[in-house]
Amino acid sequence: MTIVVMTASCPECAAAVKLAQDVEKGEIVQCAECGAELEVFETSPVELRLAPEEEEDWGE
Amino acid sequence: MIRAAIVGGSGYAGGELLRLLLSHPDVEVTQVTSERLGGKYVNSVHPQLRRRTELKFTPRAELRPADVLFLALPHGQAGQEIERFLPLTPLLIDLSADFRLHDPAGYPTWYGWEHPRPALLHDFVYALPELHREEIRHADRLSAGGCLATAAILGLYPLTRAAVLDRTLPVVIEGKTGSSAGGAESGPASHHPHRSGEMRSFAPTAHRHTAEIIQELGLNGQSPGVAFSATGVEAVRGILITAHVYLKDDLSEKDVWKLYRAAYANEPFMRIVKEGQGIHRYPNPKILSGTNYCDVGFERDPHSRRLVVMTALDNLMKGAAGQAVQAFNIRSGLDERTGLDFSGLYPI
Repeated sequence: MTIVVMTASCPECAAAVKLAQDVEKGEIVQCAECGAELEVFETSPVELRLAPEEEEDWGE
Repeated sequence: MIRAAIVGGSGYAGGELLRLLLSHPDVEVTQVTSERLGGKYVNSVHPQLRRRTELKFTPRAELRPADVLFLALPHGQAGQEIERFLPLTPLLIDLSADFRLHDPAGYPTWYGWEHPRPALLHDFVYALPELHREEIRHADRLSAGGCLATAAILGLYPLTRAAVLDRTLPVVIEGKTGSSAGGAESGPASHHPHRSGEMRSFAPTAHRHTAEIIQELGLNGQSPGVAFSATGVEAVRGILITAHVYLKDDLSEKDVWKLYRAAYANEPFMRIVKEGQGIHRYPNPKILSGTNYCDVGFERDPHSRRLVVMTALDNLMKGAAGQAVQAFNIRSGLDERTGLDFSGLYPI
């Protein structure tokens, strides 16, 4: 079980994203609120950035 | 136990109400009325309730006093017969449109008839807990909102509450609805060869629920107003609202998130659904069938100040019977989630 010891702001929706103390640079975490996949860009202090996502487009 | 009776229990909303109340731990359903089906078991038209109850429909003339009376009659009947019902109960909850509007002038404008008891309109509280929880706690007369109106109101309320809309432009709302919103009575529009596979505009303008949307969002007397259109789609249950509004300030998506959280973070049946990827990014009524949840989402147009707001709910639940039971729970001092804890089915 991950022990949550800190939070960082989601760059997508500004929710507090829970992180383990040993979170590593480059790790992908998910925002529980908006579901965004986030890359841990920096660890000290923690900075989260949006991970690349797939587009959905049914238009022709 | 709280003794509850349902007046007009043969329709879809009445049946859903009966389903909810039969599972409610604090309620005993004492009577369900139907003029057409008096003497028949309720499961003759609500087959999902087989072996759940031995209740039979009774005619309205045999209605006895109850602790709470739910009216699930066709529009126009509750208003005509309200004097018969009021002496029978200390708490009356009407699911029809008859007591939703505070201004009697709204009835000839939107419904085409004069209200028979306009003096009573101000006795009723619009039973949407997210807007009127404190009033509901102390009200003896409650009026549940219309299904499409409820979805539109809940989608836009965080924005009107925060006064962030550019009111020099209209609020444009498109509502797509399943066939059960049309009621249990058949007609040409519900005939299978017509209804099956259909995507049909049935109220491009002047839909009756527009009046409730204007009233509850406080947009009365403002021009340009609310432009609401309704479309029937290939579904039995469910409503999806897509609303287009313009923001007066250049708010970011994070700012909009904060507005929706401020309004709904503590609401037990409101969920903000806005995910960046996958197929469940926005509200979808399909997964809400049978639940009292209302999912809201939004997306900021990157090329303008347009904000697209999406709302999904089950028209028979949060849009009718579930809303009524939630309000009943609040009024009765119960946990408002009582009897409404179904999470839905997936896949469905």
